[in-house]
Amino acid sequence: MSKLNLDPKVVNGARSRAARIAGKVQEFIDEHTTVSTERTVARLLGVDGVDSLESPLPNVFVDRIKDAGLLDRGCAYWLGNTMLATGLSPQRIAEETALGTLDPLKLPTVSAGEAENAVAPLVLKALARIRAQREERETLLGKLGEGKRPYLYVIVATGNIYEDVVQARAAARQGADIIAVIRTTAQSLLDYVPYGPTTEGFGGTYATQENFRIMRKALDEVGEEVGRYIRLCNYSSGMCMPEIAAMGALERLDVLLNDALYGILFRDINMQRTLVDQFFSRAIIGYSGIIFNSGEDNYLTTADAFEEAHTVLASQFINEQFAVLAGIPEEQMGLGHAFEMDPEIEDGFLYELAQAVMAKEIFPNAALKYMPPTKFMTGNIFKGHIQDALFNLVAVWSGQSLQLLGMLTEAIHTPHLQDRFLSIENASYIFNNARHIGDEIEFKENGIIRNRAKFVLSEADALLRQIEEDGLFSTIEQGKFGGVKRSREGGKGLAGVVVKHGDYFNPFIEPMMRGVK
Amino acid sequence: MGKVDLTRVKPYGDTMNDGMTELTFTLPVPHGPEADEAARQLCKKMGFDEAKAAFSKDLGQGFTFFVMYGKCVHTVDFTSIKVAKADVEVMSREVCQEYIAEHIKRSVVIVGATTGTDAHTVGIDAIMNMKGFHGHYGLERYKGIEAVNMGSQVPNEALIAKAIELNADAVIVSQVVTQKDVHVSNLTNLAELAEAEGIRDRIVLCCGGPWISYELAQELGFDAGFGPHTYAEDVASFILTEMVKRKLV
Repeated sequence: MSKLNLDPKVVNGARSRAARIAGKVQEFIDEHTTVSTERTVARLLGVDGVDSLESPLPNVFVDRIKDAGLLDRGCAYWLGNTMLATGLSPQRIAEETALGTLDPLKLPTVSAGEAENAVAPLVLKALARIRAQREERETLLGKLGEGKRPYLYVIVATGNIYEDVVQARAAARQGADIIAVIRTTAQSLLDYVPYGPTTEGFGGTYATQENFRIMRKALDEVGEEVGRYIRLCNYSSGMCMPEIAAMGALERLDVLLNDALYGILFRDINMQRTLVDQFFSRAIIGYSGIIFNSGEDNYLTTADAFEEAHTVLASQFINEQFAVLAGIPEEQMGLGHAFEMDPEIEDGFLYELAQAVMAKEIFPNAALKYMPPTKFMTGNIFKGHIQDALFNLVAVWSGQSLQLLGMLTEAIHTPHLQDRFLSIENASYIFNNARHIGDEIEFKENGIIRNRAKFVLSEADALLRQIEEDGLFSTIEQGKFGGVKRSREGGKGLAGVVVKHGDYFNPFIEPMMRGVK
Repeated sequence: MGKVDLTRVKPYGDTMNDGMTELTFTLPVPHGPEADEAARQLCKKMGFDEAKAAFSKDLGQGFTFFVMYGKCVHTVDFTSIKVAKADVEVMSREVCQEYIAEHIKRSVVIVGATTGTDAHTVGIDAIMNMKGFHGHYGLERYKGIEAVNMGSQVPNEALIAKAIELNADAVIVSQVVTQKDVHVSNLTNLAELAEAEGIRDRIVLCCGGPWISYELAQELGFDAGFGPHTYAEDVASFILTEMVKRKLV
């Protein structure tokens, strides 16, 4: 039952428009692959580790093929072909390619079908590993249980994975449900994923498969102690979206930031590259049971949260449809939004509430991710703590799923141990104290709240209508999202986009989207 | 009410010279009476008499959080304090625009960015973006100023290259969130780079952010530094006056 009395015809119309917008982009995606997509295939087929120069072997192997202009057949083809010709495993093939003792491109070639058959057992093995992690999550959730929604989501960011573990365990004991390990600054711009455990990072810790494993183990241990499954979150938006998604799937991450639009707008990554990358990454995410988070909240840090609220909703509609195209169930769609209006606005709380309830009514089954105030946090930690309290009240009232906790020291420093405690205490108090407020209170007909939601929805619908006409690429070029303009040919990573050959194959897409057991 | 002695100033709670101060911190010790005593002794060493833990809490992993109250024993002489400030009269946006028309007679190019590892654009946006902050319009709205906001995580090299490319009159840089004092080395590097590229003398170089003071900025080789509560007109007034003063028009 809608509390906002939103017109279902407008909602459905906007959703159909978003589906057509995403479908148009999907046509482009289907014709292309990328270096990161192919490195992900290599990883899933068993290539890991680094060469003597610390270059990851998936990069070494894929670059060899790319430099020869043959990546249009896909990495799986070349690995399958080389396996048939040499009898070596993908890992050995990559190692010998790195050493220069084997040239995978100077061997007799087989048909695409034969190469696909050669890798088929390895595909099943990788799928089984991911499936096993998914089942392990379900088992642990059944055994340990979990916190109530909204889940309390906090960040650790020391740069040293072992220090992160200490902070993460403390946060879990204090009541956190999700621990996100912020990546080191600018990792999103690296066109490779670093290897091994890391202890040096700035403003965050490198996302590596080993670091994922270390934190997973720590959270499983503390989860047993506190009797609650603790979810692990990391970040994949950037140049290596599908690779990080694959590592996350293999190491049982539960939540993953994953948004091409975020990469385009806020990290200046080429739009063609990252939209293609996003597709495979979301297929992996859907298959592995990970909740993805989109980054619409960021629009409101650069654009005005009151005036540009509709851009968030329009983008959520589009992100939802990209997720549908990658086979992600609604429950795994962590569409993002934020509490970022200027606290000086009269009735600002009502507008924030209207928008949060609106998001929940339009995406009722999604795992909405709600982001805290950042732009108008001033260093007055006392007022900041109250801003965070209002944010928490809106969250429990509107039924958000993932609550990234605001820190009273936002805009001063990365959180100290006590900041995290205070923010968890703040949220726990309000969530418990107002648990069912949303069930009790209805909104006045023609009142501020209903009218605000109706207005934002109609603006979003109008924007989607315009995007459908112009296309998503042109819309981004015009700076309609976050007030940031990016060109189709600009940004980082365009050189890593390749037009597929007629015989190209990625052996993981189809079984993952089918949800093969 | 007791009269304040400005040569011996100390914190005020509800009675003159009571020295009342609140502090919060975390100690890496397990929660318990010994932890409270450790916090009290530490406060004593910091100069707080009769320190008490109003609240202490186990944070897990052997850490304890404290909210402490104590009476500060130290004083400062307020009458002898001198703080370096940008010596310039702040002009409104309209007056800045007239000032440009009258004294500079061409368009003033200002390039800005949040540099280094900092991903926070809130400071530079507040100063530069059309909309500004809290009703103070940003530099983009100033007639006669061409404001170029490069965004966040801009390498110093890219900022200087842009300044050279656009023949900028001023470079302004924001540092919001810092860790382990990285903003100091980053800003120093920027000033040195401007020097090495030979443009230092022909630009006005300013920095801003919650950790920045005018004094620190000068120490690091900048013409001015702006702390919290700075708006576009403060920065514009300084840049324009400085340009005229240094004959950079």
